[in-house]
Amino acid sequence: MTSLPAEWLEKEKDRRILRVEGSAVSDRIYEVLTAACALVVPALVIAIALAIFVAAWPAFSKLGLSIVTTSDWDVRAGHFGAAPAVYGTLVSSAVALIIATPLALGVAVFLSEFSPTWLRQPIGFLVDLLAAIPSVVYGLWGIFVLIPLLREHVMPFLRDTLHLGATPFFRGAAYGPSMLAAGVILAIMALPYISSVSREVLLAVPRSQREAALALGATRWEMIRDAVIPFAKSGIIGGIMLGLGRALGETMAVTLVIGNRLEISPSLFAPGYTMASLIANEFSEATSDLHLSALMAVGAILFLITLIVNAIARWLVWSVSRSQAR
Amino acid sequence: MRTARSRHAVSGLMIGLTYLAAILATLPLILILGHIVAKGASSLSLAFFTHMPKPVGEVGGGMANAIVGTLILIGVASLIGLPIGIGAGLYLAEKRGTPFANTVRFLADVLNGLPSIVIGIFAWELLVRRAGFSAFAGGVALGSMMIPLVTRTTEEMLLVVPTSLREAALALGYARWRTSISIVLRTAMAGIATGVLVAVARIAGETAPLLFTALGNQFWSTSLRQPIAAIPLQIFAYSLSAYDEWHRLAWAGALVLITMVLIISIAARFVTRSRFGAAVD
Amino acid sequence: MLQSTEVVREKPPRLVTPAAVVQVRAREPRVSPEETKPCIVTRHLSAFFGNTAAVKDISISIPQNAVTAIIGPSGCGKSTLLRSFNRMHETVPLARVEGSVEILGSPIYGENTSPIAVRRHVGMVFQRPTPFPTMSIRANVAAGLRVDPKSHESRGATSEIVEEALQRAGLWAEVKDRLDESATALSGGQQQRLCIARALATRPRVLLLDEPTASLDPLSSQKVEELVYDLRTTVTVVIVTHNLQQAARVSDSTAFLLMGELIEFASTSEMFTAPKDPRTESYITGRFG
Repeated sequence: MTSLPAEWLEKEKDRRILRVEGSAVSDRIYEVLTAACALVVPALVIAIALAIFVAAWPAFSKLGLSIVTTSDWDVRAGHFGAAPAVYGTLVSSAVALIIATPLALGVAVFLSEFSPTWLRQPIGFLVDLLAAIPSVVYGLWGIFVLIPLLREHVMPFLRDTLHLGATPFFRGAAYGPSMLAAGVILAIMALPYISSVSREVLLAVPRSQREAALALGATRWEMIRDAVIPFAKSGIIGGIMLGLGRALGETMAVTLVIGNRLEISPSLFAPGYTMASLIANEFSEATSDLHLSALMAVGAILFLITLIVNAIARWLVWSVSRSQAR
Repeated sequence: MRTARSRHAVSGLMIGLTYLAAILATLPLILILGHIVAKGASSLSLAFFTHMPKPVGEVGGGMANAIVGTLILIGVASLIGLPIGIGAGLYLAEKRGTPFANTVRFLADVLNGLPSIVIGIFAWELLVRRAGFSAFAGGVALGSMMIPLVTRTTEEMLLVVPTSLREAALALGYARWRTSISIVLRTAMAGIATGVLVAVARIAGETAPLLFTALGNQFWSTSLRQPIAAIPLQIFAYSLSAYDEWHRLAWAGALVLITMVLIISIAARFVTRSRFGAAVD
Repeated sequence: MLQSTEVVREKPPRLVTPAAVVQVRAREPRVSPEETKPCIVTRHLSAFFGNTAAVKDISISIPQNAVTAIIGPSGCGKSTLLRSFNRMHETVPLARVEGSVEILGSPIYGENTSPIAVRRHVGMVFQRPTPFPTMSIRANVAAGLRVDPKSHESRGATSEIVEEALQRAGLWAEVKDRLDESATALSGGQQQRLCIARALATRPRVLLLDEPTASLDPLSSQKVEELVYDLRTTVTVVIVTHNLQQAARVSDSTAFLLMGELIEFASTSEMFTAPKDPRTESYITGRFG
């Protein structure tokens, strides 16, 4: 029995005092339910890892690391060397970052330092909107707009006008579907991620840093280069890694523009393949169990790579926000 | 020696480059959007929304089955993603700072960054390998993507609610669970709903996970146990084809997707801005 | 160097002028706290945050149907003491209470006593107005009724309760035509009175006010002080304030806390004209705090 004052108990007489104890039960139920929901998140990560690795195991045990080190992908003969796909993933992502990072940083610096206040919201919004466009729509645009543009104008320009055709990177027939096309599309897709994070960390740099540099006689650019960016460095790197993570795992847009040829070629004009595209293209028609398992193995490696890149990216961004805890 | 003048010249140059970067960065969006509207608008008609695809070579037809398919997939995904996501968000907001909550938050962010194709092959292994392609599997794959999205946005929105509100409710004699749901959750509802819509927009455009689960279906189907059509799947198939007619439909489908995404994104910006003054980047 | 005893004899300038004291006296015959029936009685009450004691061994008897002020410098534990009266202190992680608190003769920290039941019968108003933003004015006032199981009442009765509470809070005239509007449309002072109405809707016998006018403009503060003063006939009011003039204007008894300890507890007129403890004297005359 509770020990409340008598007149309070008078008021409570109509209802069960159990109700009052009942709320302790309800609280417990609530706690358990929300904790269970929260538990789903790590459970999901583990489940994904388990499912993929279990399915990939037959290929791993039979073929080992040759899946990523050899280049012979012959389904009928049972050879599954996906090195060209790994190469393609890495190169296309590298090209994407090379194109996207300066642009993204430029926009971020513009928005945090030079942009008139009324322009900040709209431009920031427009850049962020790039992240909302579905991948397949990028691919559609890539096939019908980007590739003809590359084929008819950009590639000849690079190869002939700039004489870059002399280097191994811009050589060969330029039909359009190529590593370059994939790199450009991935750059557009990675741009908003790098830009958004960079913008946030740049805006969070305290004014005192900027004012101190200017007071010492630095030009505005020098202030940014020497006082602002170093302060925001780990956040910016985190943003770049986020963009990288996005580029590594992109499937649809890349599949539609990269040409889907399992070949390692130094030329950016040549078609190529990525791990994600390989899985996407061959999965539904996988003929043998080993074929399927090999594709799963490629997926497992992709999972691992993106997991690590994203974990590092998030950790970098998280540690920045912690050190600037407002 | 770097004269003051040359330093200022460099500074001016760099500033000019950032302006250039800003222009170059906003250009792709405008170009892509413009192109989709130009190519797709003419193909958007009532027929597009109500007719089924026609056989190869025939003019006309629509994406009715794909539109319905996308809606069904979103429905299944939301049934999975919403309750779990909001529940997890509640947990993260209330147990902030505990090691478990920090781990869950971190893993949710990591999940958000995983390629959707990985989720696809996971769902395949789990549901399709033995039972075959199905809309349900597609919904599960998309739902798995919704969970970390909704979790994080729910948590963020709940944290904006001042603790004084919770205290006021407790002082009135509200039980903890009732405070969390009737007061805190309710106050954050507008922001949470926005986050949910943004998550829906995101998964509605996903193709890769559906390649291994829902597969696509050229016929009309609303069954959860059968493969089902979806707008992005259809766009993908049509863009790979050689027929102009199908390309036309692909652009129209892209326009539908983009319009939905745009409306939701603008509304989301509007809601989070007007509620909290400064923009939430 | 003046000794502390010399300070007392010197009669330094008072913050409360004799005229104002007379004004307070003129309203109702004042009785010293020892002579009235107790409402809240604490015995060796200590409240901890982890291992730090914010309230140290306080034994106090707060009289019924009167206004008691708790004063003291920042961090002296007055809010913590107040919050241990309705078991709000323990809502903070790692917070705990030792000793006993009795309200109307019954211990509220009993083993079988639910804190929720205690809070239903003790109203509390906080420093910043906290109307529930998604609810109308009417719904805000009735918010406490919803968890009060007694009120499976018809809509009519709820309206009456809402009106009564708003009348007691001095807000009825201003909002009676817009009860269904959002509570956030009200001004700060009105919102605080709304919170008072919300607390009064369940007809509690005890009302706890934690610096209720700290974020209000002088006009709103005055309105709140007046209604607090009027409430004392039906409710036991305990008000924490750092505004000494407010304490003098509004309260019948005053308790002075310093570093978690109860230094002095006396009728307000006594406390402000002839405090017994030199530390009280120093605080009231503005030497610190």
